[in-house]
Amino acid sequence: MTTGIKGFTHIRKLIAIISFLFILPVFSLAGDTVTQAKPAEAATKATEGKEKFNAGEMILEHVSDAHSWHVAGHFSIPLPVILYSKDRGLMIFSSSKLKDGNIFKGYEKDPNSKNGFKESGIHIVVANEDGTVNKEETAKLWDLSITKNAATILLTGLLLIFVFLSVAKGYKVRGTGAPKGIQSFFEPVVVFIRDDVAIPAIGHAKYAKFMPYLLTLFFFVLFLNLLGLIPFFPGGANVTGNIGITMTLACLTFIIMMANSNKSYWSHTLWMPGVPPVVKILILGPIETLGIILKPFTLLIRIFANILAGHIVALSFFSLIFIFGAMSAVAGYGVSVVSVIFTIIMLLLDTLVALIQAYVFTLLSAMYFGMATAEEEHH
Amino acid sequence: MDIISPAFGLIFWMTLTFLIVFFTLKKFAWGPILGALKDREKTIQDALDSAEKAKQDMLQLQSNNEKILMEARAERDTMLKEAREIKESMINEAKGKAHKEAEKLLKDAREAIQGEKAAALTELKNQVASLSIEIAERILKSELSSDDKQKALVNTMLKEVSLN
Repeated sequence: MTTGIKGFTHIRKLIAIISFLFILPVFSLAGDTVTQAKPAEAATKATEGKEKFNAGEMILEHVSDAHSWHVAGHFSIPLPVILYSKDRGLMIFSSSKLKDGNIFKGYEKDPNSKNGFKESGIHIVVANEDGTVNKEETAKLWDLSITKNAATILLTGLLLIFVFLSVAKGYKVRGTGAPKGIQSFFEPVVVFIRDDVAIPAIGHAKYAKFMPYLLTLFFFVLFLNLLGLIPFFPGGANVTGNIGITMTLACLTFIIMMANSNKSYWSHTLWMPGVPPVVKILILGPIETLGIILKPFTLLIRIFANILAGHIVALSFFSLIFIFGAMSAVAGYGVSVVSVIFTIIMLLLDTLVALIQAYVFTLLSAMYFGMATAEEEHH
Repeated sequence: MDIISPAFGLIFWMTLTFLIVFFTLKKFAWGPILGALKDREKTIQDALDSAEKAKQDMLQLQSNNEKILMEARAERDTMLKEAREIKESMINEAKGKAHKEAEKLLKDAREAIQGEKAAALTELKNQVASLSIEIAERILKSELSSDDKQKALVNTMLKEVSLN
């Protein structure tokens, strides 16, 4: 009971700390909306008749990865394309070379991309002379391009290292004295992860070993989530709403869980004591085996779906401006007020989701570690 | 669907970055931070413990002081008592001694007096005897100065004898 209350106050503290981060996306979005809405609307009007605004495509483009990083207006930073195949060797060139369906040194963006947007098409394929896809060569191609998401990850990594080295420096300078500045900002969060996530889930004896992973995981996911909510450069990438990212994190958790699993875990999972062998082999065994695989799977789906949905809903509200704007300019301006309000509300909600999902991912990872390392209990 | 097919490049960069961040922070951030937190908690706990210990020590000291005070008081009492006893016994002893001395002096004086007295008596007796003899001599001289008187004396004496 007391730990419940304590946990609650900790969560409240955490929410209070993060709530200031609300301000950033809200203002930035408001600014973004004002500055971007007009030219975008003008563009919509200008291209009316030729190319209709397609909300679905726009949203998918925004939540997908890209080879360039949009900064403002028509300016975007081209990111490096890195390709490797056994036959063709390593190739590094700017993504601007592939603009507008260009073929560069036999490479092009997949013209059949389901995204429909040639600009944002993420698949790079080996092109034949006539521009069609050489499927055989493409299958051998390894795409290691620094895409928008990869760049965001690298940036977040640097940010994390910078931030937490500063925090660590605070401890070096002040020793056991009272924390100050950035150190006191992150200390409650670190203590929260230790006292309300790691220790209850794993136990006092073994939690210390998993702390570095849990802390890195929590802050990496949290930073990526929050950075994804900032709608302009250097944010805006939908990283934790990308299945490749969440899969990587879930796999890391799974690998660590398996590497630390003890005999008791496996015997309780696959050969539950006190159950008839027939039941064990026919029912419990298959179910538990499936459960082992399902754990990281649910982990990766949960955060992926939550973050992706948040982005899609916020963008959908935003798209209403252009859908109505396409009908008439007055409707566009009228709806924009409501749309912006709803988008802001969605972003606030997404900030909460960003926090909760980072927390849940870390908590579940900790619980899996706890399950894998639990000592045998005698029934 | 692009959106649910994980991209190899992204997985590669994510894994690489995560591992670099993980190992960097593990060595240079999480270790020192968690260590410092533990140290600080330990310091605070130690401070609380030592405060508690100091409190206990104070109490102990206080009770010790009380004990020492009590002992001192008891010692003082016994010392006073002993002193009183010694005083009493000294007085008694002195009294006894004085008494004996006085008695001895008295006895000596008495003996001396007795001796003096005896000597004086002896002298007196001697004086009386010599005086008596002198007187007797003179009386005899006078009594026996004539024959008549001698005869009368003999007669008287004879008479007395016959009466017996």
